[in-house]
Amino acid sequence: MVRKIKGGYLGLAVLFAMLAAMPFIIGEYRLTTVLMMMIWVIVVVSYRLLATTGEFSLGHVVVMGIGAYSSAIMSRNMGMSFWVTAPLGGLIAAGFAAATARPLFRMKGMYFLLGSFALGEAIRLCFRGFKEPFGGEGGFWYVPTPSIGSFIFSDTISYFYLVLGVTAACLFIMYRIDQSRIGKAMVAIHSQDSLCESLGINILGYKTLAYITASFFAGIAGALLGHYMTTVSPPQFAIGPMLLVLIWVVVGGTNTFWGPIAGVFTLYTIQETLRGVLVEWMPMFYGIILIAMVFALPGGLESLPARIAEWRKARREKLAGTGAG
Amino acid sequence: MELALQQALNGALLSVFYAVMAIGFTLIFGVMGIVNLAHGELYMVGAYVVWLTYAQGILPFPLAVLAGAGIVAGIGIGMERALFRPMRGNVLMGAILSVGMIFILQVFVATTWHVGLMKNIPPAIKGSVEMFGAIAPWQRLVVIPSAVALIGGLWWFLRRTKQGQALRAVAQDPEAATLQGISIDRVGIIAMAIAAALAGVAGGLMAPIMRVDPYMGHTALIMALMVTIVGGLGSIEGALVASFIYGFLVAFVTGYFPKEIASPATMAIIIGALLMFIMLAVRPRGILGRGT
Repeated sequence: MVRKIKGGYLGLAVLFAMLAAMPFIIGEYRLTTVLMMMIWVIVVVSYRLLATTGEFSLGHVVVMGIGAYSSAIMSRNMGMSFWVTAPLGGLIAAGFAAATARPLFRMKGMYFLLGSFALGEAIRLCFRGFKEPFGGEGGFWYVPTPSIGSFIFSDTISYFYLVLGVTAACLFIMYRIDQSRIGKAMVAIHSQDSLCESLGINILGYKTLAYITASFFAGIAGALLGHYMTTVSPPQFAIGPMLLVLIWVVVGGTNTFWGPIAGVFTLYTIQETLRGVLVEWMPMFYGIILIAMVFALPGGLESLPARIAEWRKARREKLAGTGAG
Repeated sequence: MELALQQALNGALLSVFYAVMAIGFTLIFGVMGIVNLAHGELYMVGAYVVWLTYAQGILPFPLAVLAGAGIVAGIGIGMERALFRPMRGNVLMGAILSVGMIFILQVFVATTWHVGLMKNIPPAIKGSVEMFGAIAPWQRLVVIPSAVALIGGLWWFLRRTKQGQALRAVAQDPEAATLQGISIDRVGIIAMAIAAALAGVAGGLMAPIMRVDPYMGHTALIMALMVTIVGGLGSIEGALVASFIYGFLVAFVTGYFPKEIASPATMAIIIGALLMFIMLAVRPRGILGRGT
């Protein structure tokens, strides 16, 4: 067990070391896509936190939007610093989760999926419908760029390192949660909820905790996105991006911490490599990948190493069998 | 007074439109245990067939709507065979697979016939009637009897024909139905074809009234979802009742909500979505649904 935990932290360190080297390897345009990918990594890993308890949400990207809008509004209208508004954005998103957990967790499975969608859509349409304070359909403009003293994170490379640092911190904390007793209890709820209840595990409590924590990190990711784009608008948090997050998570798999990360990295890389070829066919490509994965590899990308090992073992046994015969 | 009457007419139109969409949606859930999130895209394809055939002068309007229904029913049958049959009973995975279909259908339509251009569909029946100061274009008025006839026909099919009774039997208890010699696969195909055709007809009938674009299915799906949940997932009677609640709710909020506060059309959906959320939290089986 101890060895495995060490391996996990090493994996995170290697991952972020590789990402930190990116600005020296690739050009500015590609760097932007890696930057966006890191923001989405926070979103999918936090999404998995809730998904481990067995509930799939269709409102997670809207929660991200709550963080984005709060941070944007506080920093532009109240002149607060990014370093205060971004964590506050996360806290407000977490507060929203705390307020809505009770009615939401009266639902399970399909009903949870649809309920989170209804709630998310209501909130997102508030962003669109109310010009004050959200800016209405056109969105909220001129979100200030973060700065320390006189240094402004205005170019891609400096903002890249800002996102890198925040993503690393978020992933480190979420990995700790995943490996802790709390994280294990969350997974146990998914597979054996009545057994857990009889063992005295407070199911509603753990689900609420997972939802609040996931929302906090989604809110932070939203703040990072908003201050980078300098505009926050309703379509950014619509059902389209939400379904992409769902596809990344389903394609990667939710059983391990690494599944959703693998999903984002793989699909994002394919997407960016084939951008010129696929152009507007891209969403269809995503749709086909999703359907193909559900049928061909239901465990997600994370189950691939085990699958390959199994396949090789079967082949070796078969070869040994023919040799003996 | 005129505004009230105008909104009442709009409410009636929206009610039957929501009913046709939601009944199909709820039928698939009742019979197959599948939540088809691509239901709105089937509606969108129905509207596009009308644009392609009727607006280009190839078919007269009623035939164009029927052609749309047929094509969409074909897509529905294909989806049932390829996606939903292997996932029968696994609601969550079925819904996730239908998400794949949303993207596939949207992109197919958007790249084949392009997004940017406005799809202008001339009214098939010109002119309008004036009643007590409210103006009702015939194109809007014909939707109401057409939808009522469709729903009546479905009612007759489900109550009076052997196939329809088989369908209801599967919805009530799939195992007992199998024991009676009913083929679940066959019933699944019929249910999916009917549901898809209803969405196709809805798209066709609304095409001259609504803005036709590849993403029009989004709003239609949200409305179908809200009506279905509030009515009770799987209950056709519930969907019918809820469609009237929603039809008039949307019409009157859109008509009367003060513009200065927020866009009235957006406000209508916000209220509708909150109603659905409250219903899910308080009474998940909806107005007329059976227990979960």
